[in-house]
Amino acid sequence: MSQTRPILYCRCAYAKVVPEDVKDQVLERLLDSGEPFESVSDLCEMSARKDPGLIPLSKQEGLRIVACYPRAVKWLFSAAGAPIDPSSIQAGRIEILNMRSDSSDAICSKLGIPGGSDPESDALQRD
Amino acid sequence: MVATNPERPRVLLYEGRSSKPMDVALRRQLVPSLLDRGYTVTRITQTASLGNLGHTELIVLGNFEQQPELSSDNAALRIHTRDVSSDTFETLMEYIEGVAQGVSQARPHWKPWFPVIDYDRCTNCMQCLSFCLFDVYGVNQANQITVQNQTNCKTDCPACSRVCPEVAILFPKYKAGPINGDEISQEDLRREAMKVDISSLLGGDIYSMLKDRSIKAKSRFSKERDDDRALKERQRCLDKLNSNVQSLEIPAEVLSSLPSLDQIQAKAQQAKHRAEQALAQQASSRESTSGGPSEDPSTTRPSH
Ligand code: SF4
Ligand code: SF4
Repeated sequence: MSQTRPILYCRCAYAKVVPEDVKDQVLERLLDSGEPFESVSDLCEMSARKDPGLIPLSKQEGLRIVACYPRAVKWLFSAAGAPIDPSSIQAGRIEILNMRSDSSDAICSKLGIPGGSDPESDALQRD
Repeated sequence: MVATNPERPRVLLYEGRSSKPMDVALRRQLVPSLLDRGYTVTRITQTASLGNLGHTELIVLGNFEQQPELSSDNAALRIHTRDVSSDTFETLMEYIEGVAQGVSQARPHWKPWFPVIDYDRCTNCMQCLSFCLFDVYGVNQANQITVQNQTNCKTDCPACSRVCPEVAILFPKYKAGPINGDEISQEDLRREAMKVDISSLLGGDIYSMLKDRSIKAKSRFSKERDDDRALKERQRCLDKLNSNVQSLEIPAEVLSSLPSLDQIQAKAQQAKHRAEQALAQQASSRESTSGGPSEDPSTTRPSH
């Protein structure tokens, strides 16, 4: 289990674009894992508000952002005045995991958190 | 920029030293509920040092064996500590909402729907600025296109992203790629390459065309008595309009709230003027810094 790299989870609370089962399962497994994490209700809303809380997050070395499409997340941070260093993304020092396209199993395995109760049904739901 | 609302408190699940982990079922119910209500939730385990995310109120929840020692570089932070060992989900939510009400106002409901520019692709052509009637776009001091009034954007309307010749406008909450930020496929690029100026696509002025449709639709509705039939008619008009403006996908509410034709034309002129001004200023500042016209990398068409 990874102990070191910080995690930021986006709940995407103000729209139904991230599949409910994926965001619920990822959050549940994150909670059960015992890993420390940061979670926000909606990165889009924070970006529109230019929330200054995004600045320290964007600079966190090793950050793994669990949200949606990396291109969207990268430019949302930038629009908020909290740009993520592109070289950090390129080098994998900051990672953006996509709950719109990937299964909860795939996300959790990238986060290094233990498997869910029924990974097969999850995989089927994503097909 | 959206008018800043006082922030909701940040909620901290303290599962660090001198505490026991929170009840699994309670934690599973509590955290998604808090996030869905707009709270920021942090769990800490090893360290007692908090990052500063700009909050002024912090609610610390835990099964404490002794009071946690927390340090923050935010001197203004007020900490509310709650031992949850005898709490239920309901009592805990009541407590948290009680603290929140004391310090913040409810956020106005707004689906965060607004364009986000991918500057790796944008060539600063200003077509989006010329197109948008609602002052969503502007230019910054470097005469670069920027999104300046996010809340002016019409919810669920992705029309300007269709106008962008570079597929550089994202709406992260849009249903499909590449507008939602998904990778851009060869097919997307082929479609964009075929895209001509939106006005010529419609055989004239897009705004007068939209307005004309809107007037026709409105006069139909006013004669309509039966609600169901009116609804169907709206849908039919919308479908017809949508097929005319190809895939602009402008929502019915936007069409029905378009200003008068004169106002639209004045607005379009203004936007066009601002776009032209910004481009001219950009060109002249390029000339003055280089001693002659040259290619600015920010306005160079990227090689996709
Ligand atoms: S960043 Fe992505 S996952 Fe987060 S709120 Fe925006 S659209 Fe939803
Ligand atoms: S390339 Fe697209 S986003 Fe950039 S100025 Fe032109 S229309 Fe706007």
